[in-house]
Amino acid sequence: MIDGLQEILYTLKQNKLRTALTAFGVFWGIFMLIFLLGAGRGMQNGVIDSFADNALDTIIIWSGTTSVAHNGQGLGRRVSYTDDDIEAIRHHIDGVRFVTGANSMGQGTVVYGSKTGFFDVYGIDDTYFKIRDQVPIRAGRTIQILDQEQTRKVAVIGSAVRDRLFGHDGNPIGAMIRVNNINLTVVGVFHDRNNNGRDSERLFVPYSTFTKTFGRGNQVHVIWARPDANVDGKVLEENIIELLKKRHNVSPDDRRAIQSFNFAEPAKMVKGMFVAINALIWFVGLGTLTAGIVGISNIMIITVKERTREIGIRKALGATPFSIVSTLLMESILVTGFAGYMGLVVGVGIVELMAYGLEVSGAKMDFFQRPEVDFQVAVTALVLLVVVGTLAGLIPAIRAAKIAPVEAMRSDG
Amino acid sequence: MIKLNNIHKYYQTGEQSIHVLKGIDLHIKEGELVSIMGSSGSGKSTLLNILGVLDSHDAGHYHLAGQEIKHLKERHAAHLRNALIGFVFQSFNLLPFKNALENVALPLYYQKMGRKERNRRAAQYLEMVGLSDRAGHMPNQLSGGQKQRVAIARALVTQPKVILADEPTGALDSQTTAEVMEVLKHFHGLGNTIVIVTHEQDIANQTQRQIHLRDGLIDTADAAMTPEVVV
Repeated sequence: MIDGLQEILYTLKQNKLRTALTAFGVFWGIFMLIFLLGAGRGMQNGVIDSFADNALDTIIIWSGTTSVAHNGQGLGRRVSYTDDDIEAIRHHIDGVRFVTGANSMGQGTVVYGSKTGFFDVYGIDDTYFKIRDQVPIRAGRTIQILDQEQTRKVAVIGSAVRDRLFGHDGNPIGAMIRVNNINLTVVGVFHDRNNNGRDSERLFVPYSTFTKTFGRGNQVHVIWARPDANVDGKVLEENIIELLKKRHNVSPDDRRAIQSFNFAEPAKMVKGMFVAINALIWFVGLGTLTAGIVGISNIMIITVKERTREIGIRKALGATPFSIVSTLLMESILVTGFAGYMGLVVGVGIVELMAYGLEVSGAKMDFFQRPEVDFQVAVTALVLLVVVGTLAGLIPAIRAAKIAPVEAMRSDG
Repeated sequence: MIKLNNIHKYYQTGEQSIHVLKGIDLHIKEGELVSIMGSSGSGKSTLLNILGVLDSHDAGHYHLAGQEIKHLKERHAAHLRNALIGFVFQSFNLLPFKNALENVALPLYYQKMGRKERNRRAAQYLEMVGLSDRAGHMPNQLSGGQKQRVAIARALVTQPKVILADEPTGALDSQTTAEVMEVLKHFHGLGNTIVIVTHEQDIANQTQRQIHLRDGLIDTADAAMTPEVVV
């Protein structure tokens, strides 16, 4: 084994420049692939970040005023939902995985000890955080079904609320806060990146508590929903709106009375865009890589030609075809493997450096975040490269093994 | 040691088939020093290839050291060459990037012998050809005669049954030719079977038996032959 390696190093050393150039071709190929993949991932992360913590099939429905006269009712009538609407959606529409209503009372005065803040207060039930399952819970828990059933006086607060009242490192769990003079126990902290984090300047209480204790009736300001798997979110959205229009006596043509946003649409568009970008990256990367491999193949053909005489001598001395082929293949594998590995290391290094630079400088680019390399992809590319490099060397090597020793030795060289 | 019965060989060149060997019968006994002579085109290279298991014959029987050589797989042929035959060539054919010792040790590498034992044996054979002090020299630092002596050491290091020398002195002046022939004769004296292919009559004269090839056949009436025209 060591002898075999020594034989290979001999020949590689003999052609330092050629070896270096070939190796560089492979190095560059894999480096470009890794670099492009990393940059592509950075773009993807950046764009996906703009969706913040919303599950990408979330449907949000809110209300406005009527803009089309319908059934004898005039324009400008404000539509408002109640929890009966939620029940109706739950019972009459198929394909709803989750649906819930959020009730809001605007800003409330929130007091803890000597500190006071003004934050939006919402009433929700246990389903809300199931819909918004991407929102990280920093401490404690969310609103649960027993909170709702037993009308408990508890609150889940946003991280901005915690920062204001308890300090960034404070532990608010179990603490008693006063919201509009009503005592509530803090049971959880969430962090919502929506609106650049301003959605964390909120606190949630159980819907039942909100209704009874704060005397807000059974209103619903915003309806949140998610479709079942395999259900088209767009269709579900339309079905819900159709039902709401009927229930609230709104013209089917009215676009202002009931408004909605479905994350599925932009998500789908962005996904399609990234499929295209990724395809382009692979195309360019693999193209560069192929150029490197063609280089290897070329060099192997030249090597075999130059070493015809040597191979002939070795065969006369008792080298088997296998030993000839394996020596030449080892050479090709060694060069591709080493150069490819270097490309991998440098590529990953630069991508990581870029990520580190972005993080340290605190630069926030909307469409470029956390570039990273999928390690599995990188290793796959490397293995693929070595395999193809081997194949590239195989044909010239087999040809070399067929060299007739006597003719080879007669050749000038 | 070597037994050829009615050996035929054809070469295919395009449409034409050339009949190169037209029925060679030859018997070389163990310990003989034999020369094969003939002009270019007489078929002596082809015969050497067949003797050296570098090429296969199309008809007839070839026995080498008691084994019939026929339809061998490349791998098997390589093993036979390694174990039974030592080659000496006109152009030495040393590997230029290996020193004298490494060149001599190379056939042992293909026997998968350990490095230490390999180098010990190679040094022993270098000493036998009188080049102990040149072990670390690269081929381009050696004279022609020295190169050929290294090549002879390499041919002998595996203790083969037969040494096949293809024009071993063709590239040497008369002084070094004499040296190399001395070395070959020395090893013949130690009991080795040696076949020398040559077109030089005075080389052939130093062997025990001369075999003349002409147009693919052994010329039996060689005693009265005028020397071949050297081409």
